[in-house]
Amino acid sequence: MINRIVVGAGYGLKDWIAQRATALIMAVYTLILLVTLGALSPSSYEAWRAIFANGFMQFMTFLFFISLFYHVWIGMRDIWMDYVKPDGLRLMLEIATIAALVGYAGWAVKILWRL
Amino acid sequence: MAEIAIKKKRPKNLDLPSIRLPLPGILSILHRISGAVLFLLLPVLLWLFQQSLASPETYAAAKAVTSNFLVKFILFGLIWLYMHHFCAGIRYLLLDLHKGIDLESARLSSWIVFGVSITLAVIVSAKVLL
Repeated sequence: MINRIVVGAGYGLKDWIAQRATALIMAVYTLILLVTLGALSPSSYEAWRAIFANGFMQFMTFLFFISLFYHVWIGMRDIWMDYVKPDGLRLMLEIATIAALVGYAGWAVKILWRL
Repeated sequence: MAEIAIKKKRPKNLDLPSIRLPLPGILSILHRISGAVLFLLLPVLLWLFQQSLASPETYAAAKAVTSNFLVKFILFGLIWLYMHHFCAGIRYLLLDLHKGIDLESARLSSWIVFGVSITLAVIVSAKVLL
């Protein structure tokens, strides 16, 4: 750390940690959902809705979605940085990705809070 | 010092088809492809989730859409991509903790990832799609 070259931007540590923290949250949620589906085998609308209308699952599902969208942002930015070299085009794709993800976050709120 | 290290010449091979990708490499590129595909199909998946929860009518409509064989096949593919991303991701978290970083265990864990993710995809699909 002593001889590092200062390039003026961040070093990506925050993103690196955020990618893993969000991954852990989603992994735990995936296990919870798999166990729930396995245990309850919902086969009607009422049973299916009841799973996500439950306060704990609503909170966890919302946490999952927010983690997902942050995780997707880091991953897609990595992909754009690796394969799209023209700066203007890359910036456009990055902005489009953020716009889509922010929109999806609002959409997820709408889906979950109607329950 | 660091600048000299960066300028050091490294061997390059840009003839990619001449490289036979080892299993951990296949796992790695599939991790990226699965992430990108799932991102691109997010609006469809969110829409399906919304339909399934909004009302008994939209639930029935979503059920009708997913009863189509082609849709089932695509959903099975997506479930597998999710499970692959999930399992490969856990493997990467373990690698971050320096668990299984020697060649032999890295190869073995790649086999395990493919085995577990395909098994999980089949079980979940059987439960949700059949």
